[in-house]
Amino acid sequence: MSSNLNINTGSNTTVSPGGLPSRRNTELAMLIFAVLIPVFAYANVGLAKDGSLPAGMLGYGVGLGLLAAVCHLVVRRWAPYADPLMLPISTLLNGLGLVLIWRLDQEPGITTPALGGALAPGQLMWSTLGVALFLGVLVFLKDHRVLQRYTYISMVVALILLILPMFFPARYGARIWITIPGVGSLQPGEFAKIIIAVFFAGYLMVKRDALALASRRFMGLYLPRGRDLGPILAIWALSLMILIFETDLGTSLLFFGLFVIMLYVATERTSWVVFGLGLSAAGAVAVASFAGHVQSRVDGWLDPLARAANGGVTETAQAMYSFGSGGILGSGLGQGYSRLIGGIAPKSDYILATVGEELGLTGLMAILVLYALLIERGMRTSLAARDPFGKLLAVGLAGAFALQVFVVAGGVTGLIPLTGMTMPFLAQGGSSVIANWALIAILLRISDTARRPAPAPAPSPDAEMTQVVRP
Amino acid sequence: MNKPLRRVAVFCGLLVLALLARVNYVQFVQADELSEHEDNRRVAIERYAQPRGNILTSDGKPITGSTETEDTDFKYKRTYKNGELWAPVTGYASQAFGATQLEALNDGILTGDDDRLFFNRTIDMLTGKPQKGGNVVTTLDAKAQQAAFKRLGDKKGAVAAIDPQSGAVLALASTPSYDPSSFAGNGEKDSEAWSKLQKEQNEDTPMLNRALRQTYPPGSTYKVVTAAAGLESGDFDLDSKTDSPDPYKLPQSQTDLGNDGDNPACKNASIRVAMQWSCNTVFAKMSDELGNDKMREMSEKFGYGNGELDIPVRAAESVYPEDNRPQNAMAGIGQASNRATPLQMAMVAAAVANDGTLMKPYMVDKLVAPNLNVVEQTKPKELSEPVSSDNAQKLQEAMETVVKEGTGTTAQIPGVTVGGKTGTAQHGENNEKNPYAWFISYAKGEDGSSPVAVAVVIESSDTSRDEIAGSKLAAPVAKDVMKAILDGKQ
Repeated sequence: MSSNLNINTGSNTTVSPGGLPSRRNTELAMLIFAVLIPVFAYANVGLAKDGSLPAGMLGYGVGLGLLAAVCHLVVRRWAPYADPLMLPISTLLNGLGLVLIWRLDQEPGITTPALGGALAPGQLMWSTLGVALFLGVLVFLKDHRVLQRYTYISMVVALILLILPMFFPARYGARIWITIPGVGSLQPGEFAKIIIAVFFAGYLMVKRDALALASRRFMGLYLPRGRDLGPILAIWALSLMILIFETDLGTSLLFFGLFVIMLYVATERTSWVVFGLGLSAAGAVAVASFAGHVQSRVDGWLDPLARAANGGVTETAQAMYSFGSGGILGSGLGQGYSRLIGGIAPKSDYILATVGEELGLTGLMAILVLYALLIERGMRTSLAARDPFGKLLAVGLAGAFALQVFVVAGGVTGLIPLTGMTMPFLAQGGSSVIANWALIAILLRISDTARRPAPAPAPSPDAEMTQVVRP
Repeated sequence: MNKPLRRVAVFCGLLVLALLARVNYVQFVQADELSEHEDNRRVAIERYAQPRGNILTSDGKPITGSTETEDTDFKYKRTYKNGELWAPVTGYASQAFGATQLEALNDGILTGDDDRLFFNRTIDMLTGKPQKGGNVVTTLDAKAQQAAFKRLGDKKGAVAAIDPQSGAVLALASTPSYDPSSFAGNGEKDSEAWSKLQKEQNEDTPMLNRALRQTYPPGSTYKVVTAAAGLESGDFDLDSKTDSPDPYKLPQSQTDLGNDGDNPACKNASIRVAMQWSCNTVFAKMSDELGNDKMREMSEKFGYGNGELDIPVRAAESVYPEDNRPQNAMAGIGQASNRATPLQMAMVAAAVANDGTLMKPYMVDKLVAPNLNVVEQTKPKELSEPVSSDNAQKLQEAMETVVKEGTGTTAQIPGVTVGGKTGTAQHGENNEKNPYAWFISYAKGEDGSSPVAVAVVIESSDTSRDEIAGSKLAAPVAKDVMKAILDGKQ
C-alpha cells in the first residue's frame, strides 16, 4: 500500500530522484558548537558567581561532548540521511538547559532540601537516559511505518496515560503527575503527546477519505457526517475532562490542538479547523467560567503586575520583572535575580524568565529562533516524507512541539494565560527531556526515510514478462 | 496533503513570530517600566549593592551612614546618626519599605546611578573600582536643629527655621520622631519597628513630618499677614487708631468676638498696639473690611495655595479659602478654615524680616559627586514680594514691640533685636480640644539684617489648658533656635 501511495502523494519538488547530500559533516560541525556553547556558558556562570572556573567543568564538558559524539556516530550509521540540524539544536538546548538549572542551583534560597536540593545532577541523568532512548529509537526503529501497526494499542496506552494522573494527588495545583514509589514521579502527558500522535496518524490515514469526502455543504462549509463527528466530540470531551479533573490547561490545549492540526492536514478541509476552534473556544469559556484555577490564571494574564491576595508579589509579576530587568542584553549569566520568582518555578515552568533576565532579549530571541528552527525542520520533514503516515506523524510531532513552545513561552511572557507546561529540553523535568529526545529521534527517523535516495525502480514485472516470453 | 501542511507550517511560524513580538514588547518597550517598578525587588537590591552616599549638614558632617550586612540580597544597610533628630530632613531608606524625602528624591546621586554621574561610573568601571554614591549637602544647621529638637522634647510639635535672605532651611524638627535606622533592614525586627510606627498602631504618628506635611490653623500668628494686607491697602497705618469696637460683632452674625483677657487697650487700637496685645477684634474687622479677595491675594503672596512647594521635599499646601464674610473675618485672625504648615508661617516671618522679599525655601545646598565635584548647586531664588520694603519695616516694628513689651516677651534675647508673634489656635468641635501654641519670630544681627526666621507649633502637651499660649510654650523653643544660629554666626 505504501509503495503505491508514494507515487501519489510524495512531493516531487522536495525529493530529488538522485537523493540529497547526507550533510553528516555539517551536523558534526554544528554539534561542536552545540557542545562548546554550553561549556562556555558553564564557565561564565562560574566566573560570575565565584570568580573562578567551576570545578568539574572539564568533566561535564567531556561528558556532554561524548554524548554528542555517540549520537552523531549512531545517526551516521543508522540514519545517514537524517536532517542535519535537529540533533545539534536539541543538544544545544539541552546543554543550555543544564547550565541554567545548574546556575539556579547556586541560589541557596531556591535550592533547599524541601525543594529537592540541587536539580542539575538529576537533570543530567535524565538527559543521558533521554539520549539513550534517542539512540535506541534510531537503532531499533528501522522504519517509522512499523508504528502504524500499533495504532489502536497506542490509543489505549495514550488514554491510560492521560487518565492515570487523576488517581494521584495534585502537586503545585495540577494533577499531571503519577508517583511510583521508589522511582519518583512521572509526567505521563509528555509521553502521551507522542503516542497520541502515533494513534492519530494511523487512524486518520485510514479514515481521511471518509472524513474529507462524506460531508454536506452548508453555508460554504463542509459539514461532517454525524458518525465522523463522533470521535472528534469524544476527543473534545476527553480534553475537557483533563482540564477539569487534572486542572491541566496546557495538556488539554496541546492535545486538542494537535488533533485539529492533524485532522486538517489529513482531510484538507478547512471546516475541520473551524469546528476545532469553535469547540475549543466553547470548552475553554465553559471551564473558565466555573473553574477557579483557570480563572486565576486569566486574571494573572490580564493584570500581571497585580499583587496577590495576601499582598505579596505574584509569580507572574516576578517573571515580568525578570524580563524587564533583563532588558536588551541581559544581566549576564549568574548575575540575575530570577530566584525571586521563588520555589521550584524558576527551574521548571519559568526557566525562560532566567533566560530573559540573564541573556536578555537577545538571548531569549536566539532561543526562540532555535525552537523555531527545530519546528521548521520538523515541518520540512513532514513535507518531504513520502508516505501519508510519516507525513501525519511528523506534522503531529512538530505541531505538538510548536504548540508546547508557544503555550509555555506565551504563558511565561504574558502573551496568553499561563498554563504550566515545561519548556522542551530547557526546563527541569525528567519525563519532559526523555520524551522530547524520543520525539526528535522519531522525526530524525522519518526525515532519514524521506531524504534517502529513492530506491532504484523495481524491475517491472511486465517488462520481465515480455523478455521471458521468447519464441 | 502538502497544501494544508504548508499552511500549518505558516501557522507555526506565526506562533513563533507572535512570541518574538511579545518578548520584544516586554523586554524593550516595557523594560524600563518593569525594571523600575516599585514592586521589583531588584530596585532595592541595586540600591543597597554598594555603600550609599551620605546626607550632610551645612558644615559637612554626615548624618547618615552605611553598614555591611549578612543579608543575601542586600549587601549594605542604611544607618542614621541621631536618626530621630534628623528624620524630618532625611526621610528614610529602608530595604523593606522603600525610601522617602531626600533619600528618595536624591536616590540617583546617593546610589551613584544618576545620569550626571555617568562619567564617574564609567571611569570606576574601567579602573575596576566598585561604584560609589555621591553626597547630598543640606542647608541645615546642626546646632539649631539640635536646639529645636531638644526644646520640643516630649511635646508634640514642629519647628521650621529659615535664613530669610536666601531661603535656606536651617532647622526642620518634628516631634515625636522616629529612628529610620530601626527599620532600615528587611528582617523581622525591622517589620515590627515599622508597624509600631504606623498610624494604626501609634496615634502619635511619629512618621508624620509635622514641619512640612501637616497644616494647622495658624491662630494669631496669622495677624502678621492681616496687618501686611492692611498696610499694603493704604487704608491703615502702623500707629493710627482703627475704628474697632470691643467686643466685635462678626458680620452677618449675632456672635460677639472678644479679646484674650478682655484687654481694654484693644478698643480702637492701632496695628502696633493690636499686635502687641494680639487683639482679635481689630484684625477680624480689618480682614472683613479688606475683604476675602484681598486677604487671599496677600496670603498667596506669602506662599499660601502653592501645591507644589518643593524644597525639594514637597510641603503640604497651606490654604486661605474663598469664604463668606464671617468666616473671612475669623480667617483673618488665623481661625476658621485658614490652615498653614509651620514652614509656611516661617516663610511669613522670613519675608517680613527680609524687608518684604520672600525667598523660596530650600534644604539641599548642593549635590556632590563621589570625587567631590559639585553636580548641582542650588541658587537662592525669589518667590515673591508680598509687601513693600517700607511696610515690611513697619511690620518689623510691630513684631519687635510684641517681644519687647507685648505677649512675646519670653522670646527676648539679651542684646539682640527680636521680632515675633504669638498664637494660640483653637481647634476641634466647639474648640474643645487643647489649642495649638504657635510662635513665629526672627532675630536681627548687628548689621540690621536677619539671619534666621523661625516658626514653632506645639500641638499638645501636659500643660493644663488655661496655660497653653504661644508665649509660654512655643516662644522659648524659637528663642533657643535663634540663639543657636546667632551663636554660630559669631
